[in-house]
Amino acid sequence: MKVLIPVKRVVDYNVKIRIKSDKSGIELNNVKMSMNPFDEIAVEEAVRLKEKGIVSEIVVVSIGPDKAQDVIRTAMAVGADRGILVKTDVPTDLGGVEPLAVAKTLKAIIDKEQPGLVIMGKQSIDDDSNQTGQMLAAIMGWPQATFASEIIIDSEISAHVTREIDGGLETLQISLPAVMTVDLRLNEPRYAALPNIMKAKQKPMETLSAEDLGVDYSPRLKLVSLEEPPVRSAGIKVESVDALIDKLKNEAKVI
Amino acid sequence: MAILVISEHSADQIKSSTLNCVTAALKLSGDVDLLVAGSFLSGIAQQASQISGVSKVIALDSPSLIHQLPEVLAPLIASLAKNYTHVLAPATNFGKNLLPRVAGLLDVQQISDVIEIVSEDTFKRPVYAGNAIAIVTSSDAIKLMTIRATSFDPAQVSGGPAPIEQGDHSPAQEFTGTKFIKEELTKSERPELPAAKIVVSGGRGVGSGENFSIIYGLADKLGAAVGASRAAVDAGYVSNDYQVGQTGKIVAPQLYIAVGISGAIQHLAGMKDSKVIVAINKDPDAPIFQVADYGLVADLFEAVPELTEKL
Repeated sequence: MKVLIPVKRVVDYNVKIRIKSDKSGIELNNVKMSMNPFDEIAVEEAVRLKEKGIVSEIVVVSIGPDKAQDVIRTAMAVGADRGILVKTDVPTDLGGVEPLAVAKTLKAIIDKEQPGLVIMGKQSIDDDSNQTGQMLAAIMGWPQATFASEIIIDSEISAHVTREIDGGLETLQISLPAVMTVDLRLNEPRYAALPNIMKAKQKPMETLSAEDLGVDYSPRLKLVSLEEPPVRSAGIKVESVDALIDKLKNEAKVI
Repeated sequence: MAILVISEHSADQIKSSTLNCVTAALKLSGDVDLLVAGSFLSGIAQQASQISGVSKVIALDSPSLIHQLPEVLAPLIASLAKNYTHVLAPATNFGKNLLPRVAGLLDVQQISDVIEIVSEDTFKRPVYAGNAIAIVTSSDAIKLMTIRATSFDPAQVSGGPAPIEQGDHSPAQEFTGTKFIKEELTKSERPELPAAKIVVSGGRGVGSGENFSIIYGLADKLGAAVGASRAAVDAGYVSNDYQVGQTGKIVAPQLYIAVGISGAIQHLAGMKDSKVIVAINKDPDAPIFQVADYGLVADLFEAVPELTEKL
């Protein structure tokens, strides 16, 4: 079975972001960028499925500038077979390529590649939308298994997926092809070994554009501006449990 | 203009996330209809009709809707949505799973996790783990959005009764591609995490699942819900539905007590709108102290039992 893994290049999760002075976006110059953490988990899952002999080929796709090749190479270094970059200079974090447009791009790729399964992150940590997988499943008319914490592929046409829901866990049986979005608990992504990073440079990479795929990247949501969230300043340190109880009862009046 | 709110409910109860969503809907001008979909839910529809501000309840009652699978429910909502200018669902795992599928069917760019309604077409939503607030204007004819519960007060359940209309679920085609197998819910007597007035959360510093008993002890004394950081969940101390943060639940209680939690960006994203934050941590440099109203630098194994004892 061929699997398609969409990955996104985002500001590294450890970076303390800064809003541009004109409020039009987030400062991305000289900021460390990495693969979206949820997408690393999707890649790892695909590699594990390949190691089990269930998956035959892993195709990674990313939408973004030339630099987005880096996250595709990262996926290749842990085991993906080839990459597709849908090159665009439209911003991919905010105010540009939106989840709906990403879903349409992925549909066009699916139409060409005919994968048996799409595994992707449940959300990107920049835009925090948590939409693309569900939209893609809708557009394809495929089943969706979101927030997956366990994936068992039964056969070429069936899978069992355990999902994280608000009150606990839920298990679904879904027919393939399908879209699965992964949660943090699914697995622990591996690090790429240096020889594999070198080998990844030789793996095939195709570059396409939104025009090639017939997708329009003009946003439906206009980003009017960005605001700083309300600042919470540090309060006081208390010396003892008694002092804490006194503050909560008499000052904050919350107990 | 008319607004449709999609109800989240269990077999026998409307969830509080629905009530927050109704309040958000009432900030728009127009009648607010509430869609209740499921199987054998006359009691749920009755409850829904009591919610203050709801003009009409639309009940979709069909055995095919028993697990509210998005594959079955989304096409029904997409066909109903054409009568509305806005469709709202709670930004819970239920709403996040469902609404983007509706958006995909309608060719609409959904707005996730709305925290403020500025006007009929302009909304605020947090991005980058809550480190920036984006103000966005939608050009779509139907605005689809999920609502962050903690940003809107719950609507009262004392109005109505609003009329209940049986909706047409005939387009509910059997979707054979998805089959519900089982559900494993965490049993708890404590309040639901996102709606609790007090939350006591434990982190890696708690050390083990057994040690979490001191967190439970304090929570029970306060009538609080129990939360956890991702570190505590990953270490297996508690199950994942306790997780507070960017990838877990968002809470904004009156009082949030963080015990043995360092305060990573991803955790703060889930709790920094709490009214009062208390941090108990032995590391005086832990980032959690930068947002805590009251910090106690102490060994949690001494401080928490003492606090429980003295309350």
